[in-house]
Amino acid sequence: MHLIRLTTATAAALLATTALSFAEGELNIYNWGNYTNPELIKKFEEKYDVKVTLTDYDSNTTALTKIEAGGSGFDIVVPTGNWVPIYVEKGLLLETRPDQMENFKNVAERWVDVPWDPGRHYTVPWQWGTTGVAVNKTSYSGDVNTSAIFLDPPEELVGKVNVVPEMNDIINMTIFYVGGEACTEDKEVLKKVRDTLVAAKPKWLSMDYGTTDKLKSGEYQATVNWNGSTFRARLENPEVVYGYPKEGYPLWMDAVAVLKDAKNVENAKLFQNFIMEPENAALISSFARYANGIKGSEAFMPEDMKGAPELDTPEDLQAAGQFIPVCPKSARDIYTAIWTELQK
Amino acid sequence: MTRKPPEPGVLEARLEATRVKRNWLLSLPALVLLLVGASGPLLIVLVYSFMEPGDYSGVVWKPTFDAWVQIFFSRDIFDDTLGLADAHLTIFWRSVRLSLLTTLITIAFGLPTAYFIATRPGRARVFWLFLITIPFWTNLLVRTFAILEMIRSEGLINTWLQNLGLISEPLQIMYTDTAVLIGMAYVYLPLMVLPLYAAIERFDFRLVEAGYDLYANRWQVLRRVILPIVKPGIVAGSILVFVPSLGAYVTPRVLGGGKNMMIGNFIELQFGQGRNWPLGSSLSILLLLIVMVALLFYVRVSTRESER
Amino acid sequence: MRGAKPFSIRRIPGFTMIAVTCFVLLYAPILTIVVYSFNAGDSVALWKGFSLKWYVVAAQNQQVQEATLRSLVIALAASLISTTLATMAALGTTRTRGFPGRTAIYVMINQPLMVPEIVTAVALLIFFASIKVATGYTGLGYLILAHSAFCIPFAYLPIRARMEGMDLSLESAAADLYATPWRTFRRITLPLMAPGIVAGAMLAFVISLDDVIITEFVKSAGQDTLPTYMLGQLRRAITPEVNAISTVLLALTVLLLTVFFILSGRGTAKS
Repeated sequence: MHLIRLTTATAAALLATTALSFAEGELNIYNWGNYTNPELIKKFEEKYDVKVTLTDYDSNTTALTKIEAGGSGFDIVVPTGNWVPIYVEKGLLLETRPDQMENFKNVAERWVDVPWDPGRHYTVPWQWGTTGVAVNKTSYSGDVNTSAIFLDPPEELVGKVNVVPEMNDIINMTIFYVGGEACTEDKEVLKKVRDTLVAAKPKWLSMDYGTTDKLKSGEYQATVNWNGSTFRARLENPEVVYGYPKEGYPLWMDAVAVLKDAKNVENAKLFQNFIMEPENAALISSFARYANGIKGSEAFMPEDMKGAPELDTPEDLQAAGQFIPVCPKSARDIYTAIWTELQK
Repeated sequence: MTRKPPEPGVLEARLEATRVKRNWLLSLPALVLLLVGASGPLLIVLVYSFMEPGDYSGVVWKPTFDAWVQIFFSRDIFDDTLGLADAHLTIFWRSVRLSLLTTLITIAFGLPTAYFIATRPGRARVFWLFLITIPFWTNLLVRTFAILEMIRSEGLINTWLQNLGLISEPLQIMYTDTAVLIGMAYVYLPLMVLPLYAAIERFDFRLVEAGYDLYANRWQVLRRVILPIVKPGIVAGSILVFVPSLGAYVTPRVLGGGKNMMIGNFIELQFGQGRNWPLGSSLSILLLLIVMVALLFYVRVSTRESER
Repeated sequence: MRGAKPFSIRRIPGFTMIAVTCFVLLYAPILTIVVYSFNAGDSVALWKGFSLKWYVVAAQNQQVQEATLRSLVIALAASLISTTLATMAALGTTRTRGFPGRTAIYVMINQPLMVPEIVTAVALLIFFASIKVATGYTGLGYLILAHSAFCIPFAYLPIRARMEGMDLSLESAAADLYATPWRTFRRITLPLMAPGIVAGAMLAFVISLDDVIITEFVKSAGQDTLPTYMLGQLRRAITPEVNAISTVLLALTVLLLTVFFILSGRGTAKS
């Protein structure tokens, strides 16, 4: 019986603490896991006397599915840019007009008029990056700026390459590699895509996340990877280099939006404005190690990030990077079929 | 207490009715909870399997059988011919094979372990029982990563084997079906040990010790005495291991390296990146039906035996 | 006459050895978790020397502490509820001749086992979301309800395995001695069932503690559990912080169990 009494007591205590709030207001942020700097949250809480609650998700699909179902009590969500139009179309976002906010002047030119949110009526930049390849120089010293690293691995890398299981990114990188356009439905191109992928798969070691660790340890000699993750791996394993595939590679930006059914709209807007402050944006970057799109934030960033090759795209390779929209259903159905074929 | 004895048969009929009512009443709270917290909402999934997929998630309310046809037949994406969906069959077969092997491995390790625990004296039994469960108080993901640490190329097992001079090159265990099997057997072991323990523990070993002279050898003791005792435990344990391994998701992803899907990953793909909810729904309903038929078969057989 | 070497059925040759191997294999990965919690590097799989760094990090991370506590509360509540209901259901469905609907009850109790978690998760998300919107209640109740439901088969099957073919003679003896049904149940049936109930409750607790996907879809704002907290990290990197927390939990468990054993030992010694 003691056990029961103990449980009820603990449960009651826990329920009580979640209901109580010592601060003026509250703010519920729904963000990717291990992506939000606790220092940033603490600073915001102290400045505005707001109690911030952080809840994690692991994928854009989970986040959209949950928010669409409704009732979960989130105020802010941080989807990847190409998902924002879906949120807007489904009427899930509040038009908070960040473009009229005080700190909007700090947003870099490049990120003001983005295709997924023209003129920034809904979202504020969080972090942006590229999806490319990471290679361990000790195994392979040739050209790394190509998708051939995983689509036609050089002999030294056979059986040592990892591919992250991001269907949309991988299929589109392969489309670029065989000379097609993002979201294409051209059967000729897609046939080449399938054949390239199916032929490459036996040369892969795995299709998995967690690339930072395995790059550091040398378990992966090469992998499709994000730039920030490669940066963190290089800090501990200097042999790791990042490549921007010249055939074409995806750019992405995660964007902070306020939900239509938010209960703490004012605090959410304060937060949007707050993170456009260069000093605060630098806090975001120093945690997850990606660039943030706020002018002047570099000055507040850690030394090791300044001039890092993973964060500064070489000029001749800048044009190869592009934002890939969420492809239409007709295209996606074919991609899923190819993906199933690949992973069967 | 002078009550007229009722007619023979009447009492039995009344008893029978009370018995049925009592049994239903006892089961009712569990059924209600399941209806609200698991089975009821599944009706939504059943309905979804007959709808068209929505553009980004969910469904469009247009009835169709497409999702059911898609399980077995797929239109070739390139020449548009209708063929058997061999990718789906491959995935189903792999899941069944790995789940069966997992069940066998857990029986091989679980039976002796449960037997060992059940034959400990009194309080020591609880101690050993806790010893079995404590590793599972650590989170599934933490455990899976710990296994990864043991079996990877530079991991403990390979280092030891190399130091002992048994192998010269590290064994590539990670990212193979073997890794998935090791992981699943580890994760599902308590699901086998605990029901087995519960079944064996009720047994009075003194009786057998007295009576085993009847049988000439150990093998006969094993077959005639021990097998009947452990059988309900093995059946319960096998259900608890086999069925969840069919839908396993985390272990194949982390240890198998995600190159080859199991049903769980495939259904997850439909609800996640593929965003084809109706296909995901029809696949799950099919899985549900297969398992249900297997269970019904088991109930039939076990009731016939117990009533024999 | 038998041979000189006595044979005991309690010791089937080889069984003890396999059992011991099994325990060693079970604890080897757990040991690596404990060792790696003292890792100075920020990787779960790369040893960089000894440090208490991750204990400090975990001690400062309120999010992960709350998630751990929440996991334990949900698991305790769910295992209590599911075991109680499963015990009742087992009483109603075993040791009795077939009755109309028994098979149906059996199949329904085991239903949560039969579909992959993601399916139940999506179904529950849609169902609970409509209740959340309608009532405005977003507390832990939904998670406890969902966990209790999917834990029922895990609690039920060991109890059922225990009761199948359980000796009825003691109960009829008690009934013959004019014990009330309730008394018979409490003094005879329940103690006979106890090992099954304990096994079932332990399974339910462990299963609830591990659940990721259903929790991910049912949770409301601020309701991360330890598994969903880790799932969010899976794509980037899982830090040894969770090893530190696991080690603290293990240490607490071992401590509590030791105290429990010493106390209960004293109790039995007195009586």
